[in-house]
Amino acid sequence: MVKLTINGRKIQAEEGTTILYAARDNNIFIPTLCENEAVSPYGACRLCLVQIKTARGRERLVTSCIYLVEEGLTVETNTERIRKIRGVLLELLLARCPDSEVIQEMAAKEGITITRFYKRKGNNKCILCANCARTCEEVVGVSAISLANRGVDRELTTPFGDDFSEACIGCGSCAYSCPTGAITLIDRGSKRTIKWPHNRMEFKLQKCSVCGNYWAPEKQIAYIAKTSGTKLSEYVACPDCRD
Amino acid sequence: MAIKGLRETVKKALDKHNNDKSLLVDILQDVQATIGYLPKAALVETGKQLGVPISRVYSVATFFKAFSLTKRGRHLINVCMGTACHVRGAVKVLEQIEQELKIKRGGTTRDLKFTLETVNCVGACALGPMVIIGEDYHGEMTPEGIISVLKQYN
Repeated sequence: MVKLTINGRKIQAEEGTTILYAARDNNIFIPTLCENEAVSPYGACRLCLVQIKTARGRERLVTSCIYLVEEGLTVETNTERIRKIRGVLLELLLARCPDSEVIQEMAAKEGITITRFYKRKGNNKCILCANCARTCEEVVGVSAISLANRGVDRELTTPFGDDFSEACIGCGSCAYSCPTGAITLIDRGSKRTIKWPHNRMEFKLQKCSVCGNYWAPEKQIAYIAKTSGTKLSEYVACPDCRD
Repeated sequence: MAIKGLRETVKKALDKHNNDKSLLVDILQDVQATIGYLPKAALVETGKQLGVPISRVYSVATFFKAFSLTKRGRHLINVCMGTACHVRGAVKVLEQIEQELKIKRGGTTRDLKFTLETVNCVGACALGPMVIIGEDYHGEMTPEGIISVLKQYN
């Protein structure tokens, strides 16, 4: 176990834990957007910024979601300096995604309602945290979407920006893992539509042979059958109707 | 390029790098050196043969400025726009090239002879303004001098 201090509280954490998780286990709140337990840490949104002082006395700012706990570390999560930087970060996020309710709410909690920066036009809620792409790669294992280009042109997209990604199975994990609601998933009748910031894709849903409800995309069922080595015929009924 | 030639080009690049997935950038560089640019088919083929998702290959290929997904000319012109070259008149040189070749920066001439791009410092500031054409470095360029330099290439 590693002993460290967060906000004056002496706590213990297992070696290899990040500051963010150690704080969370001790009910110390650190705001974050891009953190997702299901995927490896990435440090994209920078909101989990904390001030640390190592045992040797070196002070610096780090993102708590990727910094591992150290013996004798002193962490401050809510100093004036942190609040000031976090405020600017939130202002930048507000300028990038003026329509995102999640960011508006988060900023309001820090007392920020307006941004001094130029607001981006268009209804784009994507903060480029790559939660969707990381989930698609690490959890689902298909890597249908990724971030492309660089700098101001960076965007989440399908390969070649096509409205069709052959690898996509329509599971909707990207929409589920998106912290700001930039990706949406709508099931209507036999059709599922997944909308990414720059592309959209439609999927045919499979009908349950018993209750008649549409329950999962055909492509996803085929993928599950293939990776688990089970027969497609085992998936004719939805989970509720299976015995 | 025919698909058969493409497959071999990609295979050759992969063999050179022992099919190492972490050397994707090197592999793409080799493929681009052979074909001249990275067409969609080449990226798909590289991903397929290497076992890397196409989304990742696309992500890498679009991230680096050295890669081009559109056709490029036989000779790549890089005009240095770094601070030292800039103050020594790189803008005038660039404008002269743009006028001479009738293309804008980032463009390719219709006969696929030249592609014009800009870079920010090549580390030869004392020789500025620098113009790099293919592998050749031309230092102390002037709007007048560049015309005769361009004539050396065909």
